[in-house]
Amino acid sequence: MSTPPLLTVEGLNVAFESRGHFFLPAVRSVDFTIGDGEIMGLVGESGSGKSATMMAVMGLLPPRARVTGSVKFRGEELIGRGERFLRRFRGARIGMIFQDPMTTLNPLLSVGAQIAEAVRIHDRSVSARAGMERAVELLELVAMPSPRQRASQYPHEFSGGMRQRAVIAMAMANDPQLLIADEPTTALDVTIQAQIMELLQRLCSERKMGLVLVTHDLGVVASVANKVAVMYAGRLVECGEVTDTFQAPLHPYTRALLDSLPKLEERVARLNAIPGAPPSLAGLPSGCAFHPRCRIATDRCTLEDPVLRRIRERDVACHRADENVPMTLAVPEDVP
Amino acid sequence: MSISSHSLPTMRLPQWATAPVMLGGFIVIAWAVIALTIHWWAPYDPTMLAGRRFSPPDATNWLGTDALGRDVFSRTLYGVRQSLPIALVVIVCSVTIGTTLGAIAGYVGGVFDEIIMRFVDVTLSFPPILLAMAVTASLGPGLENAAIAMVVVWWPIYARLMRAQVLAVREREHVEAAVASGAGPVRILLKHILPLCWSPIIVNATMDFGQIVLLTASLSFIGLGAVPPTPEWGQMISEGALQFYRWWIAAGPGMAILSIVLGFNFLGDGLRDILDPRSQ
Repeated sequence: MSTPPLLTVEGLNVAFESRGHFFLPAVRSVDFTIGDGEIMGLVGESGSGKSATMMAVMGLLPPRARVTGSVKFRGEELIGRGERFLRRFRGARIGMIFQDPMTTLNPLLSVGAQIAEAVRIHDRSVSARAGMERAVELLELVAMPSPRQRASQYPHEFSGGMRQRAVIAMAMANDPQLLIADEPTTALDVTIQAQIMELLQRLCSERKMGLVLVTHDLGVVASVANKVAVMYAGRLVECGEVTDTFQAPLHPYTRALLDSLPKLEERVARLNAIPGAPPSLAGLPSGCAFHPRCRIATDRCTLEDPVLRRIRERDVACHRADENVPMTLAVPEDVP
Repeated sequence: MSISSHSLPTMRLPQWATAPVMLGGFIVIAWAVIALTIHWWAPYDPTMLAGRRFSPPDATNWLGTDALGRDVFSRTLYGVRQSLPIALVVIVCSVTIGTTLGAIAGYVGGVFDEIIMRFVDVTLSFPPILLAMAVTASLGPGLENAAIAMVVVWWPIYARLMRAQVLAVREREHVEAAVASGAGPVRILLKHILPLCWSPIIVNATMDFGQIVLLTASLSFIGLGAVPPTPEWGQMISEGALQFYRWWIAAGPGMAILSIVLGFNFLGDGLRDILDPRSQ
């Protein structure tokens, strides 16, 4: 009998209540699976629902968010469970790293004490002293120089990169099987970014730990992840193996995202921005949410929202994904 | 290694030692020392005859004597033994009650929050002196009752302050990170929210010390606080209030109140600069 996959998300919906009875659909029927040791990049524009998806997995959304669907961790359903139940997962089996290490640490506790706390929340038999010892080990694990000394220092004595290491150490405190990193390097400068990504990659391969990397940096995804999931307006539009997906994207949005990146070998006067703006959740276009900006949209796209289908070992939500339409760079005329 | 280790030891005040803190701290400490030691060195017993009635200030009675021939200077100094402990008790009780309820209201929210905060609104809509007078009057005159009345009037201030702080701090990212690491609500409130909420409470409490001293004196002035012959500032001022040509009877306690309120205000101001550098 095989063990159930690490994380299975099926038909996940998140809707935010606003002004009484309006519900803004932030995440719409998202499905994906993550296996042990797998690194999945979850990419998309701001507001595309990447963070909301992962917050829903952790059960961290505010009460005014309505979450439906299924999130299974090792076969155990997490949606609709009580706080008390979820607390045993948070920090223990699922670790989380937030975007800005400047604000994610409690300024009034020493870094060691915070890491020790993360350990002791889930194992009350650990003494304060043993917790500190564990904190030092964890700081060592994340390659913090002179960890013993660092453990007794406060967050303000740390640089940005050091803090993010400390945050990672905290997330690793209970040897989680899954790590969720919500834009872990956005607030850091580029050289530190590379170090942090390397660290996360090492931890994943050493410990067979799954990692969801929420980011809008396609470069990071390409260099680190095995798998990529692209979100647009709350939907998963394409999900598949990284190299395949980036080399031959099946969804026009993925294509457009890749085209918009600056290239080393070409000199272009202007970057190929995607025309238009992402739709507001309150007024999603009919049919496929991407059709107003799509280069290959047809009448069908304006009427019918495509479902996620499996094409060439990839999940794509596009009516024309199997037609081999050339997704040229010509800007469609009907876009303002 | 560093330059400072080779530099000459210079007398430099620490950064927090600003003029208001030093002055306010000095006044407050001086009064505290007086309160603790006055029985050893007071020139006269505050309730005993010390000379003729109404004798003006001179070498024997530095601030003269009152209608019963008691030494105003000694009575003024002894007065701090009423004001300071009362202020301390009132502040400690108000802060305890107020911050507890305020923190729970801010963190739990919902109906509990509504009930507490509406009660706070109602209490704060009365002028404090009026409400304190009403409560004391219904309990009967006396310093204990005045203290109870002042706690009733004062705790809502801290409840409101604490609630606002908790609401602000709970949105900080480290709180979310604590939730994500599996911490329960009690731990989050006590360890990750409350420790960041104290600075305005401390500043306000310090300043309110002065206000409570003033309020105690006011209640005593109108006969709702200290009962004669207790040497109490408000009481003493009311005794001297009608003696137009014997200014010294009210001058001693008046100056005492002025200095102690000023001291606490300076100290509170200075503490604000230290604890909340952004407000400067």
